Amino acid sequence: MSNLVEIRKLRIEATTDAGRLVEIIKGVSLDIADGEIVALIGESGSGKTTVALSLMGHARPGCRITGGEINVNGKNMAALPEKERAKCRGTDIAYVPQSAAAAFNPSSTIMEQVIEVTRIHKLMPPEQARKRAVELFRALSLPDPQGIGARYPHQVSGGQLQRLAAAMALIGDPKLVIFDEPTTALDVTTQIDVLKAFKSVMKAGGIAGVYVSHDLAVVAQIADRIVVLKGGEVQETGTTAEILSAAQHPYTRELLAAFEPKSRQIRADEDSRPKPLLRIDNLMAGYGPVKRNGQPVIRAVDSVSLVVEKGRNLGVIGESGCGKSTLARAIAGIHPAATGDIVFDGKALERAAGKRTRDQLREMQIVFQYADTALNPAKPIEDIISRPLTFYHGLDRQARSKRVDELLDMVRLPRALRYRHPSELSGGQKQRVNFARALAASPKLIICDEITSALDTVVASAVIELLKELQRELGLSYIFISHDLSVVEAICDQIMVMYKGERVEQITPDKVKAPTHPYSKLLFSSVPKLDPTWLDGLVRDPELVNQYGHR
Amino acid sequence: MRVARVASSRRSFLGHSYNLVGIAASLVILAWTLVAIFAPYIIPHPIGDIVDDDYFGPMRQGLWLGSDYLGRDMLSRVLMGARYTVGISLAAVSIACFSGVVLGMIAAVTGGWLDTCLSRFLDAMNSIPSKLFGLVVVAAVGSSIPVLILTLAVIYIPGAYRFARALAVNINTMDFMTVARVRGESTAYLIGSEILPNIIRPVLADFGLRFVFIVLLLSGLSFLGLGLQPPLADWGALVRENIGGLPFAAPAVIVPSLAIASLTISVNLLIDNLPQKIRDRDA
Repeated sequence: MSNLVEIRKLRIEATTDAGRLVEIIKGVSLDIADGEIVALIGESGSGKTTVALSLMGHARPGCRITGGEINVNGKNMAALPEKERAKCRGTDIAYVPQSAAAAFNPSSTIMEQVIEVTRIHKLMPPEQARKRAVELFRALSLPDPQGIGARYPHQVSGGQLQRLAAAMALIGDPKLVIFDEPTTALDVTTQIDVLKAFKSVMKAGGIAGVYVSHDLAVVAQIADRIVVLKGGEVQETGTTAEILSAAQHPYTRELLAAFEPKSRQIRADEDSRPKPLLRIDNLMAGYGPVKRNGQPVIRAVDSVSLVVEKGRNLGVIGESGCGKSTLARAIAGIHPAATGDIVFDGKALERAAGKRTRDQLREMQIVFQYADTALNPAKPIEDIISRPLTFYHGLDRQARSKRVDELLDMVRLPRALRYRHPSELSGGQKQRVNFARALAASPKLIICDEITSALDTVVASAVIELLKELQRELGLSYIFISHDLSVVEAICDQIMVMYKGERVEQITPDKVKAPTHPYSKLLFSSVPKLDPTWLDGLVRDPELVNQYGHR
Repeated sequence: MRVARVASSRRSFLGHSYNLVGIAASLVILAWTLVAIFAPYIIPHPIGDIVDDDYFGPMRQGLWLGSDYLGRDMLSRVLMGARYTVGISLAAVSIACFSGVVLGMIAAVTGGWLDTCLSRFLDAMNSIPSKLFGLVVVAAVGSSIPVLILTLAVIYIPGAYRFARALAVNINTMDFMTVARVRGESTAYLIGSEILPNIIRPVLADFGLRFVFIVLLLSGLSFLGLGLQPPLADWGALVRENIGGLPFAAPAVIVPSLAIASLTISVNLLIDNLPQKIRDRDA
């Protein structure tokens, strides 16, 4: 036994509703040496989390480890009885979940939860455990390492909570830590701090890690080796440099290609004078009780003005909580603005959607981030897409059915999908249906609220390509809201940067390299690059980080 | 091993999988429903006729379930009793659940003052003890089948409302509701097409549960003499009028009790084992 982890021909089966058995992991083998960080990368459904969890001998409900060996630190986790496995968890192997916010118990203090592992396994007395925890907090560069443990989970930020989850994992001195997409839910500016903290702690302790992610750029910063998974099988294994520079497998190349700067579409009518489609003046929207002057107590969007031209796209970018989604909802009338004018296609719009005419509603459609909640799970795709056709266009059954086929073709989905329910589609397919429903209304403007954030890189770039194509064919305009600069850059003619509810800068994509506002500088420099040395070489102006970062 | 796992206690048919307990329970319910419908044609004796010289007679040929405290045929009375117990309860639960669920969904979708007023009013209704409410109504307007049905329905509307509203409020926060609202859909469409399909299963389960409550409450009212009036008798009334047979272990008091138990337990079991639609991508 030379390696810390040796997985040999691992097979995991899942049982479906009908009692049919499906093999979801088909003979995966991989090794992890002491102190080595291996990344498992692949699209959703590729089995990367399932493999990672199996290292703890755990299979999710409905799944079973049916074959192979999982040797971790000399023990075969697949064959060990549950009681023995439990002994290893937290001491030999630890786990950092994707959403630390969901993993912490909101009703007890952070310190109690961080040292829980030492109590369960009787590793050290509580006093010593607390001291060790404070050391870890310091190593993970958390602010106020002495005092942070006394707080409750809702009193710290998402990035801090993620690092605290890592502290919880590290306190039992594990030999192997499993990171399950720990930065996916974080902003780019926060992600950097978390990644840096993880990397330094793992290096200092010589701890081996498994890093599950679908973001190749993030993985490039932290992993020594990369294992590419697809459909429950290993596609390619190699050192990070090998995979990034000389990928062999077509799927890996596809992943890499999604990172290449996309060619922006060149418009034939570049010189013809564009007409404004939507003009917003001094829009203000917020939450909470309304004050006497008619303004809400909490202002989420503060005096924002913008113009969207016909056939052009506007990108809105900023971190979570900057008010970009509220802006979208105010424009669509879901969350009526407190003050400000909305002029659409030459006519002033009512602030509340309920007061707009049916045609005005039809011409402006909004597509939401989570297709899971945006599509009614109780209805087949056909009904979902055909409702706007009946509602706005009054089509009869035959015409509707024909149009549904056309719309499915437009978003590149097979026609047979119309009989399925949303739960039977993949994430990318659902987002396409979501988009097809907006198209069914024949709108002039589509507001896309983070529509690619919940998707894998490869799927997301395919959706972006689709959006571009549809724009060429149908002459649509988009307002594209995202926290992902590369996505916005690829599709938008103008990019508006938002910070704390205000517009800080508006630039064109070719000037992204040289933003003028300090917040834009910080934001743009925080987007991970494929270069493995990027994180180590990154120098950020400490004053900027203090002013705009959330540590 | 594989075969054994697949062929567990679940069977599949028409794209749904069924549970053996669920099938058995639905057979019991079906049997009682048929009895309720065809009771007048299958009873051996008219329910008011005294056919036995003895009272609380034992089970014997001709009088399969013995006789009651006046020497009437118990089998006929139980069969006819099914008609009243099942019929009145079903009518009452249908009214209660329909009104409660519709109001609950409207309150959840509309929100604002309508929601507040409805919720407070129905909460106040809920705080009135059900038997006491029944007692007051029967004392005021007298006991008849329509009055019983309406009283029972009114008693159970607040519960159905609360249940449906709680479910609908969750669905109401979903993005597809926002999408439908921004599309300009009416409240009727929102509750009928967007919310109802998502809550129909728990609502049906609640329907069954409420049916059981109503059967028990109706039996309770009849036991107190507030339900059906003689010579008609539902199962609860049968238990009450024959309670004197308890020291003699007379079938006249045991059989209607068993009838109530079999119906309510079957409904409960069916709710817990409703057929499940098989969602299997490429099977």
